[in-house]
Amino acid sequence: MNEMLAATVSRAEVEDLFYQEADLLDSWRLDDWLELLTDDAVYYVPPNDKPDADARFTLFTIADDMVRLRQRIIRLKDPNCHAEYPLSRTRRLIGNVRITGVDGDVIAVAANFIIHRYRHNDLQRVFVGHYRNRLKRVGGRLKIAERRAILDAEELGLLGSVSFIL
Amino acid sequence: MNYQPSGHDFIVENSDRQTFFVNREVFVSDDVLARESRAIFDRCWIYVGHASELKNPGDFKTRPVAGRPVIFCRDREGTVRALINSCRHRGALVCREREGNARQFYCMYHGWTYHPDGRLKAVPGDNAYGAAFDKTEMGLVPVPRLEAYRDFYFANFDRDAVDLGTYLGKAKDYIDLVIDQSPSGKMEIISGTQEYDIRANWKLLVENSVDDYHLISTHSTWLNYMRNSGVNVTPAKGELLPTRGFGRDLGNGHLTTDNPNYRGRPVAKWISVYGEDAKADIEALRNELVVRLGSARAARVADTNRNLAIFPNLVINDGSSVTVRHFYPVAPDRMHVTAWALGPVEETEAQRARRLHAFLTFYGPGGFATPDDVAALEAAQLGYAAWREVPWSDLSRGMNKAGDEQLATDEGHLRVFWRKWRELMEARV
Repeated sequence: MNEMLAATVSRAEVEDLFYQEADLLDSWRLDDWLELLTDDAVYYVPPNDKPDADARFTLFTIADDMVRLRQRIIRLKDPNCHAEYPLSRTRRLIGNVRITGVDGDVIAVAANFIIHRYRHNDLQRVFVGHYRNRLKRVGGRLKIAERRAILDAEELGLLGSVSFIL
Repeated sequence: MNYQPSGHDFIVENSDRQTFFVNREVFVSDDVLARESRAIFDRCWIYVGHASELKNPGDFKTRPVAGRPVIFCRDREGTVRALINSCRHRGALVCREREGNARQFYCMYHGWTYHPDGRLKAVPGDNAYGAAFDKTEMGLVPVPRLEAYRDFYFANFDRDAVDLGTYLGKAKDYIDLVIDQSPSGKMEIISGTQEYDIRANWKLLVENSVDDYHLISTHSTWLNYMRNSGVNVTPAKGELLPTRGFGRDLGNGHLTTDNPNYRGRPVAKWISVYGEDAKADIEALRNELVVRLGSARAARVADTNRNLAIFPNLVINDGSSVTVRHFYPVAPDRMHVTAWALGPVEETEAQRARRLHAFLTFYGPGGFATPDDVAALEAAQLGYAAWREVPWSDLSRGMNKAGDEQLATDEGHLRVFWRKWRELMEARV
């Protein structure tokens, strides 16, 4: 597999993608962020008590296909998205990036995240967890085909809403 | 004796002036919260859980009920129980997991063990006790009362309380409407729990859950989503909402909205969000309802949305999907919410997926609507810091109309909650 991996993708390339993504999300350039996803991408935040579950059978926190994810971005850019107006300030650190497998044109990549979130009139909140991603190469460019953002918290509790993109 | 720590009524209702005011001290006061704990949560039927959460003998869930740690479980004989999760010896939790299947409950402090029905099983070194030590009387303590209505289990910490059926009264009809979606009359809690805190007083979520007046301003981005997806959400001239619905007093402090549907229903009203390929399937679900229930009852089940509030802290919203959520106060300015999705047991994979998809578009901490409700409630709570200077919240909408004319955008049904709240808070405990 290592030879195939080396031919397909390097960790540095994956890290570049994630660092660019973190910058876009932290600066709320959400339309540009969508460009990092494949046209058939899916975006999941599983429930805290069932992190490995399937969204067809289990109630998730977020389970978006591209249609709804685009609508989510429309909503987030609207000043009437009260949960994110004024916008949160976020700063995310992505680390422990590991390429965990290649299956055909799909590259499985794990990473950890720490996202600090600050809001006017609100608590400072820290979202800690890990990503399971499936990446694909589209027109030579590495893109996110599936993102599963798994929070370590036992329950959302004082993290409150997940009203921004993890 | 009235309970008036600040020397004023908490609720001032004036039918001549057609006004109804709630004093904001009720949202900020530690004394009020302590009183609520005894006068309301220790005396009302409090939701514990749903029978479907305990599929097999030995299954258990641990969760707080009216502030007590409780094991909600099914014993080896299949009986559903709610046991206080506290060792009879020195009080430690005997079950520290969220959920699972247990052959016994084991106190890790000194090793006492209990059967899943609560009976004490073994005590290490039990020869150190005198003759008065009777193992048969040292089981886990059940909640004083545990009763169910159609698989919804409630506890009551007041042994003298009326039975659950009497307590629920007319609310039972609205629970029945939810359950009638299932051909077998069996609904189940779907796996996956949404558990989040709101930094606001718990009573604000009762109001918010049934308050349709806020929809246009708080949820305009959700309405945009519906519009963008091809759903007609434009109100008729002179109306606040796409359809004209009512707020209903169900007695005993229970209340509901009752709205003609416009937002789609997994059982069974197709909207464009579901996609063309779902149309025939939803039509088939609809036909099943008509055959089983008759066309009038089928329309009642499939063409109306109802947000039902069971006093004090259980909400069953039967709208875009069905959510069961309860919430309890952690502090005057903080509540803990637990929410589930509910669906018919016989749903196909595609129907279940559609139900969950519809749920997430509106409800929950990642939905297109709930986070804005949370923001609204937290903004209100921040405003209450000035409760001394701006003491009154206004819940007068609809006071100029008769009871049966109260719209869901009026506040007649919210006043139902507050009147019951006042009655219990003023009663001798």
